[in-house]
Amino acid sequence: MSDTQTPEAQKGAIARFLAASPDSVGKTIFVAVAICLVASMIVSVAAVSLRPVQEANKLRDKQLNVLQVAGVYEPGMDVAKAFADFEPHVLELATGDFTEAFDPATFDDAGAADDPEISVALDTDPAGIGRQSKYRTIYLLKDANGAIDKVILPIRGYGLWSTLYGFIAIEENGNDIFGLQFYQHGETPGLGAEVDNPKWKALWNGKKLFDANGDLQISVSKAQGPAGPEHHIDALAGATLTSVGVDNLVKFWMGDQGYAPFLAKLKAGEI
Amino acid sequence: MAQKRRELLLDPLVDNNPITLQVLGICSALAVTSSLKVAFVMALAVTFVTAFSSLFISILRSQIPNSIRIIVQMVIIASLVILVDQVLKAYAFEISKTLSVFVGLIITNCIVMGRAEAFAMSNPPGAAFLDGIGNGLGYGLILMLVGFIRELFGSGSLFGVTILETVNNGGWYVPNGMLLLPPSAFFVIGLLIWGFRTWKPAQVEDREFKIQTVEGH
Repeated sequence: MSDTQTPEAQKGAIARFLAASPDSVGKTIFVAVAICLVASMIVSVAAVSLRPVQEANKLRDKQLNVLQVAGVYEPGMDVAKAFADFEPHVLELATGDFTEAFDPATFDDAGAADDPEISVALDTDPAGIGRQSKYRTIYLLKDANGAIDKVILPIRGYGLWSTLYGFIAIEENGNDIFGLQFYQHGETPGLGAEVDNPKWKALWNGKKLFDANGDLQISVSKAQGPAGPEHHIDALAGATLTSVGVDNLVKFWMGDQGYAPFLAKLKAGEI
Repeated sequence: MAQKRRELLLDPLVDNNPITLQVLGICSALAVTSSLKVAFVMALAVTFVTAFSSLFISILRSQIPNSIRIIVQMVIIASLVILVDQVLKAYAFEISKTLSVFVGLIITNCIVMGRAEAFAMSNPPGAAFLDGIGNGLGYGLILMLVGFIRELFGSGSLFGVTILETVNNGGWYVPNGMLLLPPSAFFVIGLLIWGFRTWKPAQVEDREFKIQTVEGH
């Protein structure tokens, strides 16, 4: 008798449970736990299964920006293939030498700035970045003969509302700017966000960082300074603080706290 | 029944629009309407979340304990929002870069919670699903209208395609910078509400206060 009744009794238990008032304590706890379990499973499955695609997107976005700042990007081209022409190196900023201590393929630039082992808190911090990593990944674009054509250097700094992240491309003489591009910022649309305007970005092409005495003269300002037109980029109209931010961050990264030692070696042909 | 379904879908577009009549979901309408492309993706995301959260909440409605119903609704909504965010990051990376913060805020969009609490908790799943889609579309309609005005006159383009050549790029049109900033969406939505209520006087609310005239002076 019990053999035939067991499944029915079980079914009865489930049916009774479903029919029970949802406001009982037991059922409240059961529903809360069940909903949380199901929801967390769905979310984790989505996050884990989509992660490879998301990582690929991030990587492609970074590669795309390197290609664009170096002026080799054409719409529709194979980004990963074109990016293979760029040689990544991890640079020790203070000495201007490449280091073998880190593998450029796996070096995490964003994490390095927060790692107390390999970063420093800045006392003089015109770019407003707080901490700076002692190492950065940079990219070399070489011509067919293996000689350096351009170097692509990552830069970042605070504008009006946000930190601007970008790349600057420098010619092989370590002095002439080829281009500058920001890939992430939150500046005011129509004003500060005009840093993305192709016409303004084109102003950077051909400007010189240092004068004949080796002093850093590049500036983003409303009026041209005494250094002459080849060191001056016209500031953005209506975006004074963003322009000041860009001015500060370019001076910072091209200066002694940034890539100056490396650029000096590049100029001397020691790279 | 067919008539009822039609009503569930189409009523929220004009007659019972979540933004212009109920004045819900304004925050995100301010934030994402400076370009049409972003507004469009946001409208799709909200429609998806509202429809499926209403569906699931309606299926579970007899089992949800009253004392924790808001939390249960939030868990369901939040899971769907994270799902949308993850999919956007994987398959619409460019748009997700501008939208990501606001996608997270769909969780707090009053329209989603409002439909869950007001409709899905007391109606069958099919009707709740249609109601969710309808309200998402109603939200999307206003988003697209506001985005159209803001992008056209603020940047001189529609869906990123240049319509009015701006002065910065060598054209003749001096863009209205205010339209790119969030407050302009307030003005545009206000004008839309005015327009809707002039067109459909039934939407005009009764006055809560009456300014009294003081006599004897």
